[in-house]
Amino acid sequence: MTKNASVVDLDQVVVRFSGDSGDGMQLAGNIFSTISATVGNDICTFPDYPADIRAPQGSLTGVSGFQVHIGADKVFTPGDKCDVLVAMNPAALKTQYKFCKPTAAIIIDTDCFQEADLKKADFKTLNAIEEMGIKNDVIAAPITQMVKDCLADSGMDNKAILKCRNMFALGLVCWLFNRDLTVAANMLKEKFAKKPGVAESNIKVIQAGYDYGHNTHSSVSHTYTVDTKGVKDKGTFMDINGNKATAYGLIAAAEKAGLKLYLGSYPITPATDVLHELAKHKSLGVTTVQCEDEIAGCASAIGASFAGALACTSTSGPGISLKSEAMNLAVIMELPLVVLDVQRGGPATGLPTKSEQTDLLQCLFGRNGESPIPVITATSPTDCFDSAYMACKMALEHMTPVVLMTDAFIANGSAAWKLPKLEDYPAINPPYVTPEMKETWAPYQRNAEGSRYWAIPGTEGFTHILGGLEKDNKTGDISTNPENHDLMTHLRQEKINKIQVPDVEVMGDADNAELLIVGFGGTFGHLHAAMDEMRAAGKKVALAHFKYINPLPKNTASVLKKYKKVVVAEQNLGQFAGWLRMKVDNFAPYQFNEVKGQPFAVSEMVTAFTEIYNK
Amino acid sequence: MSEYTAKDFKKGQPRWCPGCGDHFFLASLQKAMAEIGIAPYDTAVISGIGCSSRLPHYMATYGMNTIHGRAAAIATGCKVANPNLTVWQVSGDGDGLAIGGNHFIHANRRNIDMNMILLNNRIYGLTKGQYSPTSPRGFVSKSSPYGTVEDPFRPAELCFGARGHFFARAVATDAPGTIEVMKAAQAHRGASVCEILQNCVIFNEGTHESVYSAEGRKKNAIYLQHGKPMIFGENNEFGLMQEGFGLKVVKIGENGITEKDLLVHDAHCEDNTLQLKLALMEGPDFPVALGVIRDVEAPTYNDAVEAQIEDVKGKKKYHNFQELLMTNDTWEVK
Repeated sequence: MTKNASVVDLDQVVVRFSGDSGDGMQLAGNIFSTISATVGNDICTFPDYPADIRAPQGSLTGVSGFQVHIGADKVFTPGDKCDVLVAMNPAALKTQYKFCKPTAAIIIDTDCFQEADLKKADFKTLNAIEEMGIKNDVIAAPITQMVKDCLADSGMDNKAILKCRNMFALGLVCWLFNRDLTVAANMLKEKFAKKPGVAESNIKVIQAGYDYGHNTHSSVSHTYTVDTKGVKDKGTFMDINGNKATAYGLIAAAEKAGLKLYLGSYPITPATDVLHELAKHKSLGVTTVQCEDEIAGCASAIGASFAGALACTSTSGPGISLKSEAMNLAVIMELPLVVLDVQRGGPATGLPTKSEQTDLLQCLFGRNGESPIPVITATSPTDCFDSAYMACKMALEHMTPVVLMTDAFIANGSAAWKLPKLEDYPAINPPYVTPEMKETWAPYQRNAEGSRYWAIPGTEGFTHILGGLEKDNKTGDISTNPENHDLMTHLRQEKINKIQVPDVEVMGDADNAELLIVGFGGTFGHLHAAMDEMRAAGKKVALAHFKYINPLPKNTASVLKKYKKVVVAEQNLGQFAGWLRMKVDNFAPYQFNEVKGQPFAVSEMVTAFTEIYNK
Repeated sequence: MSEYTAKDFKKGQPRWCPGCGDHFFLASLQKAMAEIGIAPYDTAVISGIGCSSRLPHYMATYGMNTIHGRAAAIATGCKVANPNLTVWQVSGDGDGLAIGGNHFIHANRRNIDMNMILLNNRIYGLTKGQYSPTSPRGFVSKSSPYGTVEDPFRPAELCFGARGHFFARAVATDAPGTIEVMKAAQAHRGASVCEILQNCVIFNEGTHESVYSAEGRKKNAIYLQHGKPMIFGENNEFGLMQEGFGLKVVKIGENGITEKDLLVHDAHCEDNTLQLKLALMEGPDFPVALGVIRDVEAPTYNDAVEAQIEDVKGKKKYHNFQELLMTNDTWEVK
């Protein structure tokens, strides 16, 4: 690494890659985050896709972005705004400039800022930078031409050559941050293992981008390093997004429980990648059925559960609406089932690729009758693994459907993940019937936790019928007896109430906070970052972030009552605050609600929380 | 010889109306299961909602009486997750073809190895008498006091349209005919649709009047048997022949027609054109076809799933979670 320019050491940096949806920005971003993670930086990423598969090339609606936050120490969010923006075309510059800090450096491909390109992005003049009033450092490089020159002898056609533009931009960013290119080369060799020529060309282009930055020293005053600080978490890591982590959690739980994993699903953004991921792993015996509709996804999973599998169905909010009747069947039949809701913007079709927390009440209550279902909300991309595992454990051990809620932000976002060891995870022990029970067993006989026993078809001596009609509290025969119905309603509720979940942890100034921030699910990183920022400014602030929503942790009331001021921050109009008010007497929190389909902006929250703090 | 009797499959006291076709069918199903000889504990009977969907409650097998319309989807998951089970899916015409129509066609298309029983009384009984998707045009019911203004589904057409490979028909009151059809359905590997014609004594008595009695069937039905000429009538005096693109009824002995001129039933024929024509025959000009109309071998979904898993297991190098982790790009922090 040559360092003949001034090098500034940073604690953290945010880089945003943006371009046309076909420009390979996700890949460039992924490689850069992995290179950074490899040197021990913490990473947090956020892909920001357009809703259309291929909007017209160069158009404002077709811009795809990938933001990565790398830190010398722990980072909790992909960052509000970026320090470096890569804009491969005018549309990207126009739509993404708002994500730039005032000090951000901007990298553009001048070859794609010609008259026709500018027109597509509704620019009136031929100078986009001037027209937008941009005063930032701009590295204006003729990327397209240099990529063409670089690959002139490669024998590739023009279209294939142009696909390598992203790698040139990546090379430039690597130069700017003094990153070693070896990791990138290895990743590309792996990715294009079957096309070594393509790998070689991409590697050549990255090097060219790096060298261009180095040789011309471009038009920036410094290059940067982000050296790992703090205590390094040692071990083997990988970069993982939330959907993949969820799929892995299901696989791990099935293996631990010694059960076949069954997924009944129907494609829906942003949950489909869970189906894709699980469909790959036939060598682990995973069975995925892409059903005719959402209802069949859930219904077939119930059939699989009855037949003795660890059964799951994956969807997003609109799919939950369709599955709700079948979910209720699992409630009354008391069969294990994991229902995954990767939340997106609603109502109706809403914002399919964007993120919200607006399904909470639907998951808690969106069914007829008294229908208690445990709800677990994953708090980060990597926590999706643990949450999925625990959802399976809870469903299997308590013979109940469990809703696992994630959201588009953590499902698509990624972070460095220390590879888990399955032996470190708790055992999963479903309440199976035992041969000794043959004489006395009845389908709705319960154990100490209030769970039914699981008798799997194929087992002699335990034939029985389950169904959607109310049944006798022991025999399971159809019963319309009023006392029995009242009892069964209570038994089903009590079974869920009795489930043990860990206490909610209070982070930050747990002892003497003036303000307690409360959140749930995928906003953890942003709320933590907001707390850190306020504490750094000398304020006494704590955070209680909930993962277990139903049942709530036992210490919920005591935590919420302990602090003078509490603010519940969520990406809906107050669903979690309402749930807490229902469960905790005289709880009257402040609320911070925003439903933009985008992750919270830490800076906005800090402003709002500080106002509450100072009241 | 089976080690089971019908009694081994019986449980409880059915609560259908006296004279309901469900009673007849249940008894025949239990006898058929005894003859088939698969253990009650290896058998799952899965229904939706409706009068006939109460059936699993009277079976000493594993069973589920689920939600309206979803029996075929639930049975699909059951069979795919546990292929060792013998799965019977039981629905009425409303459950199977109205609210559950989507699952009916897709279970057929996928060819899930299960027996799909469609108890067709052309009425909603449990909700007390509304027309169903198999009620004939003009049918007067509580929800159609001036007659329906829509055409019914013909179950065979739907099954064939969904690329079904097995379709059989029996009349609920005809025990031997029903048992034969049940056994054939079980013998067929794949989705086996059995349409059972039955009445609803309260709301649609007499809907299958012409074939409901043994005498009626002699006159108005034809029992199709693979490889046998198509002969019917009280004295076996009639037969079926092809004429142009259609079928025609002929009298044996008239116009020089002999048994040799008649169509011979081919249930195994891949092309379903003639089978469909047979399935759609109705009175008064044609006999109602009973027995196994189509029975064609095809790969089943559940077998293919199993085979694919085995195949991929052989090809991939990772076979547990820890090995799966190592298929990713990883890095060490030391």
